[in-house]
Amino acid sequence: MKKISILRRSAFASPLLLVVALFAIGTTFSVASATDKAELTVAQRSAQIAEGKQIFLKGCSSCHGLNLEGAAIAPSLIGVGAASVDFQVGTGRMPVADLSQQIARKEPIYNEAQTAALAAYVASTAPGPEIPTEAMLNFERDGNTAEGGTLFRTNCAMCHNFAGQGGALTQGKYAPSVMGVEPKHIYEAMITGPQAMPVFADKTITPAEKLSIIKWIKAAENEPQLGGAALGRVGPVTEGLLVWTLGLGLLIGVAVWLATKAR
Amino acid sequence: MTARERVAGTVANYVDERTGAAKWVKKNLTKVFPDHWSFLLGEIALYSFIILLLSGTFLTFWFDPSAREVIYDGSYAPLQGLHMSAAYESTLHISFEVRGGLLMRQIHHWSALIFMAAIVVHLMRVYFTGAFRKPREFNWIIGIGLLTLGIVEGFLGYSLPDDLLSGTGIRIAEAIIQAIPVVGSYLSYFAFGGAFPGEAFIPRIYTVHVLLLPGIFLALITVHLMLVWYQKHTQWPGPGRTEKNVVGYPLMPAYMAKAGGFFFIVFGVTAFLGAVASINPVWLYGPYNPGQVSAGSQPDWYMGWLDGLVRMSPPIETYWFGYTISWNILIPGLIVPGILFTGMALYPFIESWITGDKREHHLLDRPRNVPNRTALGVMSLTFMLVALINGGNDIIATTFELSINQVMWFSRIAIFVLPPIAFVITKRICLSLQRADRELVLHGRETGRLLMLPHGEFVEVHEPISPELAWKLTAHEQAPALALEDVDARGVRRAGGLKNKLRKRMSEANAESIAKPTVNDLKEIEHH
Repeated sequence: MKKISILRRSAFASPLLLVVALFAIGTTFSVASATDKAELTVAQRSAQIAEGKQIFLKGCSSCHGLNLEGAAIAPSLIGVGAASVDFQVGTGRMPVADLSQQIARKEPIYNEAQTAALAAYVASTAPGPEIPTEAMLNFERDGNTAEGGTLFRTNCAMCHNFAGQGGALTQGKYAPSVMGVEPKHIYEAMITGPQAMPVFADKTITPAEKLSIIKWIKAAENEPQLGGAALGRVGPVTEGLLVWTLGLGLLIGVAVWLATKAR
Repeated sequence: MTARERVAGTVANYVDERTGAAKWVKKNLTKVFPDHWSFLLGEIALYSFIILLLSGTFLTFWFDPSAREVIYDGSYAPLQGLHMSAAYESTLHISFEVRGGLLMRQIHHWSALIFMAAIVVHLMRVYFTGAFRKPREFNWIIGIGLLTLGIVEGFLGYSLPDDLLSGTGIRIAEAIIQAIPVVGSYLSYFAFGGAFPGEAFIPRIYTVHVLLLPGIFLALITVHLMLVWYQKHTQWPGPGRTEKNVVGYPLMPAYMAKAGGFFFIVFGVTAFLGAVASINPVWLYGPYNPGQVSAGSQPDWYMGWLDGLVRMSPPIETYWFGYTISWNILIPGLIVPGILFTGMALYPFIESWITGDKREHHLLDRPRNVPNRTALGVMSLTFMLVALINGGNDIIATTFELSINQVMWFSRIAIFVLPPIAFVITKRICLSLQRADRELVLHGRETGRLLMLPHGEFVEVHEPISPELAWKLTAHEQAPALALEDVDARGVRRAGGLKNKLRKRMSEANAESIAKPTVNDLKEIEHH
């Protein structure tokens, strides 16, 4: 016991213990977090691709072709990448329900595992944009709201409206609202450019800037209604509508009441 | 005499001895005004103007009308660190840091929308009842002037904060100025003090918005009201009401109470809107940057029709003698509004030329009894409504899942097709209502009681209407069309043949009506 006692009083004891403790915590953390995202083994990966191919053949090949080559009705999927599949299937746009002017967001038909399998299969045929990982999407840490707002107004607001509420495009097409969209899907939309949307490559808008945009969108989404009822955040049209209905309605009602003869 | 009465009397006497006001006050406090809800519509506009003056004065205490570039350091996090103009920064400051500032901003803006809407419904009342006829033509023109200035004042007001939406609006205004042939680009440089947007524009429109136009407004509103006072208010026809009297209640106490109370109600409704509904959320629009634009950028509603006309015009542009003329902006942005507003201002004179009626009128027309005027009014409103709808074509397209191209093509066709249809339908409805009035006077009110006669026939019992109602339904005059001859007594063609022909045709169309029942008609019926 004496030895321990001497060691304990040594000048090196505290720094040494600190190092040991930090090392232990770090190791534990890395082991713990690594178990979350364990890389798939080669065998698991080929099984996933095979599953994806089965889903594809059943659910997608009638339009996109047996070998992803596409047809008159649907584009080729060779080289679209996992990100594109994850966006289109993950937001329920694919498989498509009706072929109107624009394919609308709806409840996803495939679950997460099936979507991942489909994405893996499509990505396995040719390289393309990959699904951003959790680590890449830490917009709370890596984004800047004010910068994101400026970028949004410069690049996105012309179609998606100043507050991300969406807007009209030509011939019945529209830019959908970006409120309530998952950060991953916003990111994927920017790198793949679905439907009428252009691609915002990493050279145009860097990954960090993309995170800023996502952070601003989330801030807009969570912003309390500062001035009262937001009226859809679409500008003066709803304001004018309210003034002609409720505003003038109340005032003319009072005018009629004031001019009524007492009975 | 109580002590209080004695004190009041002494004070009143003191003032009267020095100003001689008693006689004037006594005369004017008993001035009689007729009572009808539609006569209160102009008051809504007047009270909104007062609210605008009060809330606007509050806003000037903090607003900084300057394009000077600053870096935002206020409490609204999503804009922190951004470069912006001092005008925009101070608007954010009013919204987020000044106590009651956002409420005041919203009251000011809602009040502006109510002001313009009240002017429009007041104008409709004056138009459809013929209250603009002699001797009130000047007041009509002043009213049109107030409407026009109100549109300009409102536009300048929402342009001041220098947010993304207002900057987009100024950009369109600049385009309209530039579309004026030959001098357009010079005028634009003159207005902006150089190239768009520049640093001069915001301070300039601030002076116009808070000083020049409100001053003109005050002067015009004063004259507007003085003329109402001097010419006396029009009244609806009815028993005992003539062109030479006014039947109603005295200013004191009836209208003092009603008008005073109504002011507070208008203030209350405006404050209610300001408290519960967001308007012009400039912090969401972001600072103005000429490189940015938002989908669904719209003007306020009173400019919406103008935007709608510009949106629907096809891209026509010519390049003649070294000058580009953008007809696509010039026609909808300047020529059409110019024709509309000039026509509106001159309408009292046009109508009096058509009818040849140069007499004074203090009794109002029931809209149905002047089918042509009513139809023309509905036609103009239809035109404006189609233009207004197209002004929001993108919002309408997304809301109702339509194609914006469909909405635009609908508007392009409807702006030509619907107004004439509206004219014809309105005129037919007016004539039908006249027919119904005639029926009512001659045969009385349908009681809904069925009577079986001894020989089995069923008849409905009609009750005669009250003499008051009969008076109301028959008091109007039905002037015949002007008898304009193409040739004079000696068979020589008169000068200005085309003009006369036009006048004759319009006069005939104007005189079209269902003959109102005469005493002889009634006697004949009773005879049966």
